[in-house]
Amino acid sequence: MNALLSKYPEQVEQILARYPADQKRAAVMPLLYLAQAEDNYVTKQEIADIAEIVGISDTDVVSIIGFYTLYHDEPGGRYRIQVCTDLPCALRGADQFLKNLCENIGVRVGETTPDGLVTIESVMCLAGCHRAPMFQLQGDGDIAYHENMTVEKTLALIEELRRHVKTGEAAHD
Amino acid sequence: MTEQTTFLLRHRAVPNIDQLDVYRANGGFEAFKKVVTSMQPADVLAVVKDSGLRGRGGAGFPTGVKWGFLPNNIWPHYVVANADESEPGTFKDREIMESNPFQFLEGLMIASYAVGANLSYVYLRGEFWQIARGLDEDIAALEAAGLLGDGLFSTQYSLRLRTHLGAGAYICGEETALLESLEGKLGQPRLRPPFPAVYGLFGKPTVINNVETLTNLPPILDKGAAWYKSLGTEKSPGVKIFSLSGCINRPGNYELPLGVTFRELIFEHGGGVPEGRSVKAFMSAGASSTIVMADDTALDTPMDYESTQGNLNAPLGSASVIILDDSVDMAWLVDKTVHFFRHESCGKCTPCREGTYWMGHLTHRITHGKARPEDIELLDTVAAQMQGKCLCALGEFSTMAVRSGIEKFRADFEANVRRAAHG
Ligand SMILES: Cc1cc2nc3c(=O)[nH]c(=O)nc-3n(C[C@H](O)[C@H](O)[C@H](O)COP(=O)(O)O)c2cc1C
Ligand code: SF4
Ligand code: FES
Repeated sequence: MNALLSKYPEQVEQILARYPADQKRAAVMPLLYLAQAEDNYVTKQEIADIAEIVGISDTDVVSIIGFYTLYHDEPGGRYRIQVCTDLPCALRGADQFLKNLCENIGVRVGETTPDGLVTIESVMCLAGCHRAPMFQLQGDGDIAYHENMTVEKTLALIEELRRHVKTGEAAHD
Repeated sequence: MTEQTTFLLRHRAVPNIDQLDVYRANGGFEAFKKVVTSMQPADVLAVVKDSGLRGRGGAGFPTGVKWGFLPNNIWPHYVVANADESEPGTFKDREIMESNPFQFLEGLMIASYAVGANLSYVYLRGEFWQIARGLDEDIAALEAAGLLGDGLFSTQYSLRLRTHLGAGAYICGEETALLESLEGKLGQPRLRPPFPAVYGLFGKPTVINNVETLTNLPPILDKGAAWYKSLGTEKSPGVKIFSLSGCINRPGNYELPLGVTFRELIFEHGGGVPEGRSVKAFMSAGASSTIVMADDTALDTPMDYESTQGNLNAPLGSASVIILDDSVDMAWLVDKTVHFFRHESCGKCTPCREGTYWMGHLTHRITHGKARPEDIELLDTVAAQMQGKCLCALGEFSTMAVRSGIEKFRADFEANVRRAAHG
Protein backbone atom coordinates (compact mmCIF):
# COMPACT_ATOMS: atom_id res chain seq x y z
CA MET A 1 0.00 0.00 0.00
CA ASN A 2 1.36 3.42 -0.92
CA ALA A 3 1.27 5.48 2.28
CA LEU A 4 1.85 8.85 0.62
CA LEU A 5 -0.92 8.22 -1.85
CA SER A 6 -3.39 7.14 0.82
CA LYS A 7 -2.48 10.09 3.01
CA TYR A 8 -2.84 12.74 0.28
CA PRO A 9 -4.97 11.17 -2.49
CA GLU A 10 -6.35 14.46 -3.83
CA GLN A 11 -3.04 16.31 -3.74
CA VAL A 12 -1.23 13.51 -5.55
CA GLU A 13 -3.89 13.43 -8.22
CA GLN A 14 -3.75 17.22 -8.64
CA ILE A 15 0.03 17.12 -8.97
CA LEU A 16 -0.05 14.39 -11.62
CA ALA A 17 -2.69 16.32 -13.57
CA ARG A 18 -0.25 19.19 -14.09
CA TYR A 19 1.83 17.18 -16.56
CA PRO A 20 1.05 15.21 -19.73
CA ALA A 21 -0.20 11.71 -18.87
CA ASP A 22 2.91 10.05 -20.33
CA GLN A 23 5.29 12.32 -18.36
CA LYS A 24 4.65 11.23 -14.81
CA ARG A 25 8.27 11.61 -13.84
CA ALA A 26 7.85 15.39 -13.96
CA ALA A 27 5.76 15.09 -10.80
CA VAL A 28 8.71 13.97 -8.70
CA MET A 29 9.66 17.46 -7.48
CA PRO A 30 6.19 18.56 -6.35
CA LEU A 31 5.71 15.15 -4.72
CA LEU A 32 8.92 15.63 -2.75
CA TYR A 33 7.58 18.95 -1.50
CA LEU A 34 4.37 17.23 -0.52
CA ALA A 35 6.24 14.52 1.39
CA GLN A 36 8.34 17.12 3.14
CA ALA A 37 5.46 19.39 4.08
CA GLU A 38 4.83 17.99 7.52
CA ASP A 39 8.19 17.41 9.15
CA ASN A 40 10.55 19.21 6.77
CA TYR A 41 12.36 16.08 5.54
CA VAL A 42 11.63 13.08 3.33
CA THR A 43 11.62 9.61 4.94
CA LYS A 44 12.80 6.36 3.33
CA GLN A 45 9.23 5.19 3.07
CA GLU A 46 8.20 8.40 1.31
CA ILE A 47 11.09 7.99 -1.14
CA ALA A 48 9.81 4.52 -2.03
CA ASP A 49 6.25 5.81 -2.30
CA ILE A 50 7.25 8.61 -4.68
CA ALA A 51 9.36 6.26 -6.79
CA GLU A 52 6.36 3.97 -7.13
CA ILE A 53 3.93 6.76 -8.04
CA VAL A 54 6.06 8.22 -10.82
CA GLY A 55 7.66 4.96 -11.95
CA ILE A 56 11.37 5.54 -11.29
CA SER A 57 13.81 3.85 -8.92
CA ASP A 58 14.37 4.80 -5.29
CA THR A 59 17.95 5.69 -6.20
CA ASP A 60 16.72 8.22 -8.76
CA VAL A 61 14.61 9.90 -6.10
CA VAL A 62 17.52 9.93 -3.66
CA SER A 63 19.81 11.56 -6.22
CA ILE A 64 17.23 14.26 -6.83
CA ILE A 65 17.03 14.98 -3.11
CA GLY A 66 20.81 15.22 -3.06
CA PHE A 67 21.03 17.55 -6.07
CA TYR A 68 18.58 20.20 -4.88
CA THR A 69 19.27 22.16 -1.71
CA LEU A 70 15.65 22.57 -0.63
CA TYR A 71 15.05 18.85 -0.11
CA HIS A 72 16.26 17.11 3.01
CA ASP A 73 16.50 13.39 3.71
CA GLU A 74 17.53 13.83 7.33
CA PRO A 75 15.60 15.55 10.06
CA GLY A 76 16.94 18.99 10.92
CA GLY A 77 15.30 21.67 12.98
CA ARG A 78 11.57 21.91 12.62
CA TYR A 79 12.30 25.26 10.99
CA ARG A 80 15.29 26.32 8.93
CA ILE A 81 16.43 29.92 8.96
CA GLN A 82 18.50 30.31 5.81
CA VAL A 83 20.42 33.56 5.81
CA CYS A 84 21.71 34.86 2.49
CA THR A 85 25.41 35.71 2.71
CA ASP A 86 26.02 36.02 -1.01
CA LEU A 87 27.94 38.98 -2.42
CA PRO A 88 25.26 41.73 -2.60
CA CYS A 89 23.90 40.87 0.85
CA ALA A 90 27.42 40.62 2.27
CA LEU A 91 28.06 44.16 1.05
CA ARG A 92 25.18 45.17 3.32
CA GLY A 93 26.41 43.39 6.43
CA ALA A 94 24.92 39.90 6.04
CA ASP A 95 28.01 38.06 7.33
CA GLN A 96 28.04 40.16 10.49
CA PHE A 97 24.31 39.66 10.92
CA LEU A 98 24.68 35.87 10.71
CA LYS A 99 27.59 35.89 13.14
CA ASN A 100 25.71 38.00 15.69
CA LEU A 101 22.59 35.89 15.28
CA CYS A 102 24.51 32.66 15.90
CA GLU A 103 26.25 34.12 18.95
CA ASN A 104 22.93 35.19 20.39
CA ILE A 105 21.31 31.81 19.91
CA GLY A 106 24.40 29.87 20.87
CA VAL A 107 24.68 27.67 17.77
CA ARG A 108 27.08 27.61 14.85
CA VAL A 109 26.09 27.85 11.19
CA GLY A 110 24.58 24.51 10.18
CA GLU A 111 23.58 23.60 13.72
CA THR A 112 20.18 23.19 15.33
CA THR A 113 19.04 24.62 18.64
CA PRO A 114 19.03 21.99 21.43
CA ASP A 115 15.22 21.92 21.49
CA GLY A 116 15.21 21.01 17.78
CA LEU A 117 13.30 24.14 16.84
CA VAL A 118 15.54 25.93 14.34
CA THR A 119 18.54 25.15 12.20
CA ILE A 120 20.59 28.17 11.13
CA GLU A 121 22.06 27.98 7.65
CA SER A 122 23.89 30.21 5.21
CA VAL A 123 22.63 30.21 1.61
CA MET A 124 23.20 31.81 -1.79
CA CYS A 125 21.30 34.74 -3.33
CA LEU A 126 17.54 34.65 -2.72
CA ALA A 127 16.60 37.61 -4.94
CA GLY A 128 16.18 39.89 -1.96
CA CYS A 129 19.56 41.65 -2.19
CA HIS A 130 18.07 45.14 -1.88
CA ARG A 131 16.59 44.29 1.52
CA ALA A 132 19.58 42.69 3.24
CA PRO A 133 20.09 41.39 5.83
CA MET A 134 17.46 38.85 4.87
CA PHE A 135 16.65 35.17 5.19
CA GLN A 136 14.05 32.64 4.28
CA LEU A 137 12.20 30.58 6.83
CA GLN A 138 11.52 27.02 5.70
CA GLY A 139 9.01 24.98 7.66
CA ASP A 140 5.37 23.93 8.00
CA GLY A 141 5.35 23.25 4.24
CA ASP A 142 6.04 26.89 3.47
CA ILE A 143 8.93 29.18 2.60
CA ALA A 144 8.60 32.76 3.79
CA TYR A 145 10.95 35.70 3.20
CA HIS A 146 12.00 37.95 6.07
CA GLU A 147 13.75 41.06 4.84
CA ASN A 148 15.48 44.14 6.29
CA MET A 149 16.10 42.05 9.39
CA THR A 150 17.92 42.73 12.64
CA VAL A 151 19.09 40.23 15.23
CA GLU A 152 16.41 41.50 17.65
CA LYS A 153 13.62 40.97 15.13
CA THR A 154 14.95 37.50 14.37
CA LEU A 155 15.09 36.51 18.03
CA ALA A 156 11.51 37.71 18.43
CA LEU A 157 10.50 35.61 15.42
CA ILE A 158 12.15 32.53 16.92
CA GLU A 159 10.28 33.07 20.18
CA GLU A 160 7.06 33.32 18.21
CA LEU A 161 7.83 30.01 16.47
CA ARG A 162 8.55 28.42 19.83
CA ARG A 163 5.18 29.55 21.20
CA HIS A 164 3.46 28.42 18.01
CA VAL A 165 4.93 24.92 18.33
CA LYS A 166 4.02 24.71 22.04
CA THR A 167 0.39 25.71 21.53
CA GLY A 168 0.23 23.40 18.51
CA GLU A 169 1.39 20.48 20.65
CA ALA A 170 -0.97 21.43 23.43
CA ALA A 171 -3.81 21.36 20.91
CA HIS A 172 -2.77 17.87 19.81
CA ASP A 173 -2.77 16.43 23.35
CA MET B 1 17.32 62.88 -15.06
CA THR B 2 15.51 60.32 -17.22
CA GLU B 3 12.14 59.58 -15.74
CA GLN B 4 11.48 56.02 -14.68
CA THR B 5 8.86 54.31 -16.82
CA THR B 6 6.15 51.94 -15.60
CA PHE B 7 5.40 49.78 -18.61
CA LEU B 8 6.64 46.71 -16.74
CA LEU B 9 6.49 47.78 -13.09
CA ARG B 10 3.01 49.06 -13.73
CA HIS B 11 1.90 48.49 -10.14
CA ARG B 12 3.96 51.54 -9.26
CA ALA B 13 1.51 53.65 -11.28
CA VAL B 14 -1.74 51.72 -10.88
CA PRO B 15 -2.60 50.54 -7.35
CA ASN B 16 -3.97 46.99 -6.94
CA ILE B 17 -3.12 45.98 -10.48
CA ASP B 18 -2.40 42.53 -9.04
CA GLN B 19 -6.20 42.11 -8.88
CA LEU B 20 -7.72 40.70 -12.06
CA ASP B 21 -10.62 43.18 -12.17
CA VAL B 22 -8.27 46.15 -11.74
CA TYR B 23 -5.88 44.79 -14.38
CA ARG B 24 -8.77 44.33 -16.80
CA ALA B 25 -10.27 47.74 -16.04
CA ASN B 26 -6.90 49.17 -17.11
CA GLY B 27 -6.82 47.45 -20.47
CA GLY B 28 -5.58 44.07 -19.26
CA PHE B 29 -6.03 41.10 -21.63
CA GLU B 30 -7.13 43.35 -24.49
CA ALA B 31 -3.86 42.55 -26.26
CA PHE B 32 -4.35 38.80 -25.73
CA LYS B 33 -7.93 39.02 -26.96
CA LYS B 34 -6.81 41.00 -29.99
CA VAL B 35 -4.16 38.48 -31.01
CA VAL B 36 -6.38 35.44 -30.52
CA THR B 37 -9.41 36.89 -32.30
CA SER B 38 -7.87 38.96 -35.07
CA MET B 39 -4.25 37.94 -35.72
CA GLN B 40 -2.49 34.91 -37.13
CA PRO B 41 0.38 33.54 -35.04
CA ALA B 42 2.78 34.64 -37.79
CA ASP B 43 1.48 38.22 -37.49
CA VAL B 44 2.19 38.26 -33.77
CA LEU B 45 5.68 36.97 -34.40
CA ALA B 46 6.22 39.69 -37.00
CA VAL B 47 5.25 42.46 -34.56
CA VAL B 48 7.60 41.10 -31.90
CA LYS B 49 10.41 40.78 -34.42
CA ASP B 50 9.81 44.35 -35.59
CA SER B 51 9.81 45.68 -32.05
CA GLY B 52 13.41 44.56 -31.66
CA LEU B 53 12.66 43.07 -28.23
CA ARG B 54 15.65 41.12 -26.94
CA GLY B 55 15.70 38.46 -24.23
CA ARG B 56 16.01 39.90 -20.72
CA GLY B 57 17.27 36.69 -19.11
CA GLY B 58 20.89 37.35 -19.92
CA ALA B 59 21.85 36.60 -23.49
CA GLY B 60 19.87 39.40 -25.16
CA PHE B 61 18.81 37.22 -28.08
CA PRO B 62 16.04 38.73 -30.28
CA THR B 63 12.77 37.22 -29.06
CA GLY B 64 10.89 37.11 -32.36
CA VAL B 65 13.83 35.43 -34.11
CA LYS B 66 13.94 32.76 -31.40
CA TRP B 67 10.25 31.98 -31.79
CA GLY B 68 10.78 31.61 -35.50
CA PHE B 69 13.10 28.61 -34.97
CA LEU B 70 10.26 26.27 -33.97
CA PRO B 71 9.54 23.72 -36.71
CA ASN B 72 5.96 23.48 -37.90
CA ASN B 73 6.01 19.73 -38.47
CA ILE B 74 6.63 18.59 -34.87
CA TRP B 75 3.90 19.03 -32.26
CA PRO B 76 2.98 19.92 -29.54
CA HIS B 77 4.94 23.10 -28.90
CA TYR B 78 5.60 24.41 -25.42
CA VAL B 79 6.47 27.77 -23.92
CA VAL B 80 8.30 27.83 -20.60
CA ALA B 81 8.69 31.04 -18.64
CA ASN B 82 12.05 31.17 -16.91
CA ALA B 83 11.32 32.44 -13.39
CA ASP B 84 14.39 30.89 -11.80
CA GLU B 85 15.94 34.32 -11.05
CA SER B 86 19.01 33.23 -9.13
CA GLU B 87 21.83 35.42 -10.40
CA PRO B 88 23.29 37.22 -7.36
CA GLY B 89 22.02 40.80 -7.50
CA THR B 90 18.89 40.07 -9.55
CA PHE B 91 15.43 40.64 -8.09
CA LYS B 92 13.32 42.09 -10.91
CA ASP B 93 11.25 39.08 -12.01
CA ARG B 94 10.22 38.64 -8.44
CA GLU B 95 8.80 42.19 -8.25
CA ILE B 96 6.90 41.65 -11.51
CA MET B 97 5.38 38.37 -10.36
CA GLU B 98 4.56 39.65 -6.89
CA SER B 99 3.00 42.93 -7.91
CA ASN B 100 2.06 42.84 -11.60
CA PRO B 101 1.48 39.11 -12.17
CA PHE B 102 -1.29 39.36 -14.75
CA GLN B 103 0.80 41.32 -17.21
CA PHE B 104 3.45 38.60 -17.02
CA LEU B 105 0.84 35.87 -17.48
CA GLU B 106 -0.72 37.75 -20.39
CA GLY B 107 2.73 37.94 -21.98
CA LEU B 108 3.16 34.20 -21.55
CA MET B 109 -0.27 33.67 -23.10
CA ILE B 110 0.58 35.87 -26.09
CA ALA B 111 3.85 33.98 -26.62
CA SER B 112 1.97 30.68 -26.36
CA TYR B 113 -0.51 31.74 -29.03
CA ALA B 114 2.30 32.99 -31.28
CA VAL B 115 4.02 29.59 -31.32
CA GLY B 116 0.87 27.48 -31.15
CA ALA B 117 1.37 26.12 -27.62
CA ASN B 118 -1.68 24.81 -25.77
CA LEU B 119 0.11 24.06 -22.51
CA SER B 120 2.77 26.33 -21.06
CA TYR B 121 4.75 26.29 -17.84
CA VAL B 122 6.22 28.78 -15.42
CA TYR B 123 9.40 27.36 -13.88
CA LEU B 124 10.07 29.18 -10.60
CA ARG B 125 12.98 28.78 -8.25
CA GLY B 126 11.84 26.80 -5.22
CA GLU B 127 12.33 29.73 -2.90
CA PHE B 128 9.52 31.53 -4.77
CA TRP B 129 7.04 29.24 -3.06
CA GLN B 130 4.62 31.98 -2.11
CA ILE B 131 4.85 33.61 -5.53
CA ALA B 132 3.99 30.26 -7.13
CA ARG B 133 0.94 29.92 -4.93
CA GLY B 134 -0.12 33.42 -5.93
CA LEU B 135 0.29 32.57 -9.62
CA ASP B 136 -1.71 29.36 -9.13
CA GLU B 137 -4.56 31.46 -7.76
CA ASP B 138 -4.23 33.96 -10.61
CA ILE B 139 -4.31 31.13 -13.16
CA ALA B 140 -7.45 29.73 -11.52
CA ALA B 141 -9.02 33.19 -11.71
CA LEU B 142 -8.19 33.37 -15.43
CA GLU B 143 -9.78 29.97 -16.00
CA ALA B 144 -12.89 31.10 -14.16
CA ALA B 145 -13.02 34.27 -16.25
CA GLY B 146 -12.78 32.28 -19.50
CA LEU B 147 -9.38 33.74 -20.39
CA LEU B 148 -7.71 30.33 -20.11
CA GLY B 149 -9.20 27.00 -21.12
CA ASP B 150 -10.77 25.59 -24.27
CA GLY B 151 -12.13 27.55 -27.24
CA LEU B 152 -11.01 30.97 -26.06
CA PHE B 153 -13.15 33.91 -27.27
CA SER B 154 -15.18 31.39 -29.32
CA THR B 155 -12.14 30.46 -31.42
CA GLN B 156 -10.47 27.04 -31.77
CA TYR B 157 -7.60 28.10 -29.54
CA SER B 158 -7.09 26.40 -26.16
CA LEU B 159 -4.49 27.25 -23.56
CA ARG B 160 -3.57 26.07 -20.08
CA LEU B 161 -0.83 27.32 -17.77
CA ARG B 162 0.92 25.47 -14.95
CA THR B 163 3.57 26.42 -12.44
CA HIS B 164 6.50 24.19 -11.52
CA LEU B 165 8.83 24.83 -8.59
CA GLY B 166 12.54 24.13 -8.67
CA ALA B 167 14.27 23.35 -5.40
CA GLY B 168 17.36 25.47 -4.95
CA ALA B 169 19.88 25.20 -7.81
CA TYR B 170 21.17 28.22 -9.74
CA ILE B 171 22.05 26.06 -12.73
CA CYS B 172 18.34 25.44 -13.36
CA GLY B 173 18.18 28.99 -14.76
CA GLU B 174 20.22 27.70 -17.70
CA GLU B 175 17.52 26.76 -20.17
CA THR B 176 18.40 23.15 -20.86
CA ALA B 177 19.05 22.37 -17.18
CA LEU B 178 15.67 23.98 -16.52
CA LEU B 179 14.00 21.60 -18.95
CA GLU B 180 15.68 18.59 -17.32
CA SER B 181 14.48 19.79 -13.94
CA LEU B 182 10.95 20.32 -15.21
CA GLU B 183 11.02 16.75 -16.50
CA GLY B 184 11.84 15.54 -12.99
CA LYS B 185 15.55 14.93 -13.49
CA LEU B 186 18.76 16.40 -12.10
CA GLY B 187 19.13 19.98 -13.27
CA GLN B 188 22.15 19.46 -15.51
CA PRO B 189 22.57 21.15 -18.89
CA ARG B 190 22.02 19.13 -22.05
CA LEU B 191 24.49 18.78 -24.85
CA ARG B 192 23.52 20.94 -27.81
CA PRO B 193 22.51 20.56 -30.59
CA PRO B 194 19.67 19.71 -30.65
CA PHE B 195 18.46 23.06 -29.35
CA PRO B 196 15.26 23.44 -27.30
CA ALA B 197 13.55 25.06 -30.29
CA VAL B 198 13.55 21.61 -31.86
CA TYR B 199 14.02 19.21 -28.95
CA GLY B 200 12.88 20.92 -25.76
CA LEU B 201 10.44 20.04 -23.01
CA PHE B 202 9.43 16.36 -23.17
CA GLY B 203 11.45 16.26 -26.39
CA LYS B 204 9.16 18.73 -28.18
CA PRO B 205 9.84 22.16 -29.73
CA THR B 206 10.02 24.68 -26.90
CA VAL B 207 10.48 28.40 -26.40
CA ILE B 208 12.06 29.51 -23.13
CA ASN B 209 11.72 33.16 -22.25
CA ASN B 210 12.55 35.18 -19.20
CA VAL B 211 9.72 36.66 -17.09
CA GLU B 212 10.66 40.24 -17.93
CA THR B 213 10.88 39.46 -21.65
CA LEU B 214 7.32 38.11 -21.58
CA THR B 215 6.04 41.04 -19.53
CA ASN B 216 7.04 43.34 -22.39
CA LEU B 217 4.64 41.64 -24.80
CA PRO B 218 1.24 43.07 -23.78
CA PRO B 219 2.34 46.71 -24.22
CA ILE B 220 4.14 45.84 -27.48
CA LEU B 221 1.04 44.17 -28.95
CA ASP B 222 -1.09 46.97 -27.58
CA LYS B 223 0.91 49.98 -28.71
CA GLY B 224 2.84 48.51 -31.64
CA ALA B 225 6.43 47.82 -32.66
CA ALA B 226 7.12 51.43 -33.69
CA TRP B 227 6.20 52.67 -30.25
CA TYR B 228 8.53 50.17 -28.60
CA LYS B 229 11.38 51.05 -30.92
CA SER B 230 10.97 54.72 -30.03
CA LEU B 231 12.27 53.80 -26.57
CA GLY B 232 15.86 52.83 -25.80
CA THR B 233 18.61 52.77 -28.42
CA GLU B 234 18.62 51.65 -32.03
CA LYS B 235 20.10 48.22 -31.37
CA SER B 236 18.76 47.81 -27.85
CA PRO B 237 15.20 49.08 -28.11
CA GLY B 238 12.76 49.39 -25.26
CA VAL B 239 12.90 49.51 -21.50
CA LYS B 240 14.80 47.40 -19.00
CA ILE B 241 14.57 46.83 -15.29
CA PHE B 242 17.91 47.45 -13.60
CA SER B 243 18.35 45.74 -10.24
CA LEU B 244 20.68 47.95 -8.23
CA SER B 245 22.39 46.49 -5.16
CA GLY B 246 25.51 46.55 -3.02
CA CYS B 247 27.06 49.75 -1.67
CA ILE B 248 24.30 52.13 -2.68
CA ASN B 249 21.94 54.46 -0.84
CA ARG B 250 18.75 53.42 -2.61
CA PRO B 251 19.01 49.80 -3.72
CA GLY B 252 16.06 48.51 -5.73
CA ASN B 253 14.60 48.04 -9.19
CA TYR B 254 14.66 50.88 -11.69
CA GLU B 255 12.76 50.65 -14.96
CA LEU B 256 14.51 52.84 -17.51
CA PRO B 257 14.95 53.05 -21.27
CA LEU B 258 18.01 51.08 -22.40
CA GLY B 259 20.95 53.42 -22.95
CA VAL B 260 20.80 55.43 -19.73
CA THR B 261 24.32 55.71 -18.29
CA PHE B 262 25.70 53.87 -15.28
CA ARG B 263 26.41 57.28 -13.76
CA GLU B 264 22.77 58.25 -13.91
CA LEU B 265 21.61 54.95 -12.43
CA ILE B 266 24.11 55.05 -9.59
CA PHE B 267 24.03 58.71 -8.62
CA GLU B 268 20.66 60.09 -9.67
CA HIS B 269 18.38 57.10 -9.22
CA GLY B 270 20.39 55.18 -6.63
CA GLY B 271 21.39 58.24 -4.61
CA GLY B 272 25.10 57.45 -4.68
CA VAL B 273 27.23 55.57 -2.21
CA PRO B 274 26.65 55.71 1.58
CA GLU B 275 28.91 57.36 4.14
CA GLY B 276 30.52 59.71 1.63
CA ARG B 277 32.54 56.90 0.10
CA SER B 278 33.34 56.70 -3.59
CA VAL B 279 32.52 54.08 -6.19
CA LYS B 280 35.54 51.89 -6.77
CA ALA B 281 34.03 49.44 -9.22
CA PHE B 282 30.80 47.77 -10.27
CA MET B 283 29.55 44.56 -11.79
CA SER B 284 26.98 44.99 -14.57
CA ALA B 285 25.44 41.51 -14.67
CA GLY B 286 25.59 40.12 -11.16
CA ALA B 287 28.28 37.69 -10.08
CA SER B 288 28.67 36.48 -13.67
CA SER B 289 30.16 39.69 -14.98
CA THR B 290 33.64 41.08 -15.08
CA ILE B 291 34.53 43.68 -12.47
CA VAL B 292 34.51 47.12 -14.06
CA MET B 293 36.69 49.88 -12.66
CA ALA B 294 34.43 52.88 -12.11
CA ASP B 295 36.37 55.53 -14.03
CA ASP B 296 34.68 58.29 -16.02
CA THR B 297 34.56 56.21 -19.21
CA ALA B 298 32.79 53.39 -17.40
CA LEU B 299 30.35 55.65 -15.58
CA ASP B 300 29.45 57.46 -18.80
CA THR B 301 28.83 54.24 -20.71
CA PRO B 302 25.20 53.79 -21.80
CA MET B 303 23.56 50.70 -20.34
CA ASP B 304 22.64 48.87 -23.51
CA TYR B 305 23.84 45.51 -24.83
CA GLU B 306 26.38 46.87 -27.34
CA SER B 307 27.94 49.69 -25.31
CA THR B 308 28.37 47.71 -22.11
CA GLN B 309 30.04 44.82 -23.88
CA GLY B 310 31.93 47.00 -26.35
CA ASN B 311 33.24 49.73 -24.00
CA LEU B 312 33.64 47.75 -20.81
CA ASN B 313 34.10 44.15 -21.89
CA ALA B 314 31.27 43.34 -19.51
CA PRO B 315 27.88 41.88 -20.40
CA LEU B 316 24.68 43.78 -19.70
CA GLY B 317 23.15 40.36 -19.02
CA SER B 318 20.18 40.54 -16.70
CA ALA B 319 21.25 44.12 -15.78
CA SER B 320 21.95 43.39 -12.14
CA VAL B 321 24.25 46.22 -11.19
CA ILE B 322 26.27 45.60 -8.02
CA ILE B 323 28.05 48.67 -6.65
CA LEU B 324 31.41 48.30 -4.88
CA ASP B 325 32.74 51.23 -2.85
CA ASP B 326 36.35 52.06 -1.99
CA SER B 327 36.26 49.92 1.16
CA VAL B 328 35.69 46.68 -0.77
CA ASP B 329 38.67 44.32 -0.99
CA MET B 330 38.47 42.75 -4.45
CA ALA B 331 40.18 39.57 -3.27
CA TRP B 332 37.38 39.14 -0.73
CA LEU B 333 34.85 39.80 -3.50
CA VAL B 334 36.38 37.22 -5.81
CA ASP B 335 36.37 34.70 -2.95
CA LYS B 336 32.62 35.33 -2.60
CA THR B 337 31.83 34.89 -6.30
CA VAL B 338 34.01 31.79 -6.61
CA HIS B 339 32.36 30.31 -3.53
CA PHE B 340 29.01 30.86 -5.24
CA PHE B 341 29.98 29.15 -8.49
CA ARG B 342 31.74 26.32 -6.75
CA HIS B 343 28.57 25.69 -4.77
CA GLU B 344 26.37 25.95 -7.87
CA SER B 345 28.48 23.97 -10.36
CA CYS B 346 26.32 21.01 -11.33
CA GLY B 347 29.37 18.75 -11.57
CA LYS B 348 28.60 17.40 -15.02
CA CYS B 349 31.85 18.45 -16.66
CA THR B 350 35.37 18.27 -15.27
CA PRO B 351 36.81 21.73 -16.10
CA CYS B 352 34.02 23.48 -14.20
CA ARG B 353 33.73 21.02 -11.32
CA GLU B 354 37.48 20.85 -10.70
CA GLY B 355 38.23 24.42 -11.74
CA THR B 356 35.75 26.00 -9.36
CA TYR B 357 37.03 23.71 -6.62
CA TRP B 358 40.64 24.79 -7.14
CA MET B 359 39.78 28.44 -7.55
CA GLY B 360 37.82 28.25 -4.29
CA HIS B 361 40.78 26.63 -2.56
CA LEU B 362 43.08 29.43 -3.74
CA THR B 363 40.77 32.37 -3.01
CA HIS B 364 40.17 30.97 0.46
CA ARG B 365 43.91 30.72 1.03
CA ILE B 366 44.46 34.24 -0.24
CA THR B 367 41.75 35.81 1.89
CA HIS B 368 42.63 33.82 5.00
CA GLY B 369 46.24 34.91 5.21
CA LYS B 370 47.67 31.59 4.06
CA ALA B 371 48.74 32.39 0.51
CA ARG B 372 52.12 32.45 -1.14
CA PRO B 373 52.90 35.18 -3.68
CA GLU B 374 52.66 32.76 -6.60
CA ASP B 375 49.08 31.82 -5.64
CA ILE B 376 47.73 34.92 -7.41
CA GLU B 377 49.25 33.82 -10.70
CA LEU B 378 48.12 30.26 -10.09
CA LEU B 379 44.55 31.41 -9.54
CA ASP B 380 44.61 33.34 -12.79
CA THR B 381 46.02 30.32 -14.61
CA VAL B 382 43.35 27.97 -13.30
CA ALA B 383 40.66 30.42 -14.46
CA ALA B 384 42.33 30.89 -17.85
CA GLN B 385 42.49 27.14 -18.39
CA MET B 386 38.78 26.74 -17.74
CA GLN B 387 37.80 29.26 -20.36
CA GLY B 388 36.35 27.80 -23.53
CA LYS B 389 36.27 24.25 -22.10
CA CYS B 390 33.06 24.13 -20.09
CA LEU B 391 29.84 22.53 -21.22
CA CYS B 392 27.65 25.47 -20.27
CA ALA B 393 28.13 29.16 -19.55
CA LEU B 394 28.28 28.74 -15.77
CA GLY B 395 31.87 27.55 -15.96
CA GLU B 396 32.80 30.58 -18.03
CA PHE B 397 30.89 32.93 -15.69
CA SER B 398 32.91 31.69 -12.74
CA THR B 399 36.14 32.97 -14.27
CA MET B 400 34.93 36.50 -15.05
CA ALA B 401 35.39 38.17 -11.67
CA VAL B 402 38.58 36.20 -11.04
CA ARG B 403 40.43 37.25 -14.14
CA SER B 404 39.19 40.84 -14.28
CA GLY B 405 39.76 41.23 -10.53
CA ILE B 406 43.37 40.13 -10.76
CA GLU B 407 43.95 42.19 -13.88
CA LYS B 408 42.51 45.43 -12.55
CA PHE B 409 42.94 45.19 -8.79
CA ARG B 410 46.06 43.12 -8.33
CA ALA B 411 47.11 45.37 -5.44
CA ASP B 412 44.19 44.06 -3.38
CA PHE B 413 45.35 40.49 -3.88
CA GLU B 414 48.94 41.40 -3.10
CA ALA B 415 47.91 43.13 0.11
CA ASN B 416 46.27 39.87 1.24
CA VAL B 417 49.39 37.91 0.42
CA ARG B 418 51.62 40.40 2.27
CA ARG B 419 49.43 39.98 5.31
CA ALA B 420 50.16 36.28 5.11
CA ALA B 421 53.88 36.90 4.96
CA HIS B 422 53.73 39.11 8.05
CA GLY B 423 51.26 36.98 9.94
C1 LIG C 1 24.10 29.48 -15.45
C2 LIG C 1 22.98 30.21 -16.11
C3 LIG C 1 21.95 30.70 -15.32
C4 LIG C 1 20.86 31.36 -15.91
N1 LIG C 1 19.88 31.83 -15.11
C5 LIG C 1 18.80 32.43 -15.67
C6 LIG C 1 17.71 32.87 -14.86
O1 LIG C 1 17.72 32.74 -13.64
N2 LIG C 1 16.65 33.45 -15.47
C7 LIG C 1 16.61 33.61 -16.84
O2 LIG C 1 15.62 34.11 -17.34
N3 LIG C 1 17.62 33.20 -17.61
C8 LIG C 1 18.70 32.60 -17.08
N4 LIG C 1 19.71 32.16 -17.90
C9 LIG C 1 19.57 32.33 -19.37
C10 LIG C 1 18.73 31.20 -19.96
O3 LIG C 1 19.56 30.11 -20.28
C11 LIG C 1 18.00 31.62 -21.24
O4 LIG C 1 18.94 32.19 -22.10
C12 LIG C 1 16.90 32.62 -21.02
O5 LIG C 1 15.98 32.17 -20.08
C13 LIG C 1 16.19 32.86 -22.33
O6 LIG C 1 15.16 33.80 -22.17
P1 LIG C 1 15.21 35.23 -22.88
O7 LIG C 1 15.58 35.00 -24.32
O8 LIG C 1 13.84 35.77 -22.72
O9 LIG C 1 16.25 36.02 -22.16
C14 LIG C 1 20.82 31.52 -17.32
C15 LIG C 1 21.87 31.04 -18.09
C16 LIG C 1 22.94 30.39 -17.51
C17 LIG C 1 24.03 29.88 -18.37
S1 SF4 D 1 30.02 24.15 -16.89
FE1 SF4 D 1 29.63 23.65 -14.71
S2 SF4 D 1 27.44 24.01 -14.44
FE2 SF4 D 1 27.81 23.87 -16.67
S3 SF4 D 1 27.50 21.71 -17.17
FE3 SF4 D 1 29.66 21.91 -16.70
S4 SF4 D 1 29.79 21.41 -14.48
FE4 SF4 D 1 27.65 21.84 -14.94
S1 FES E 1 22.65 38.37 -2.39
FE1 FES E 1 21.36 37.94 -0.76
S2 FES E 1 19.41 37.96 -1.66
FE2 FES E 1 20.71 38.38 -3.31
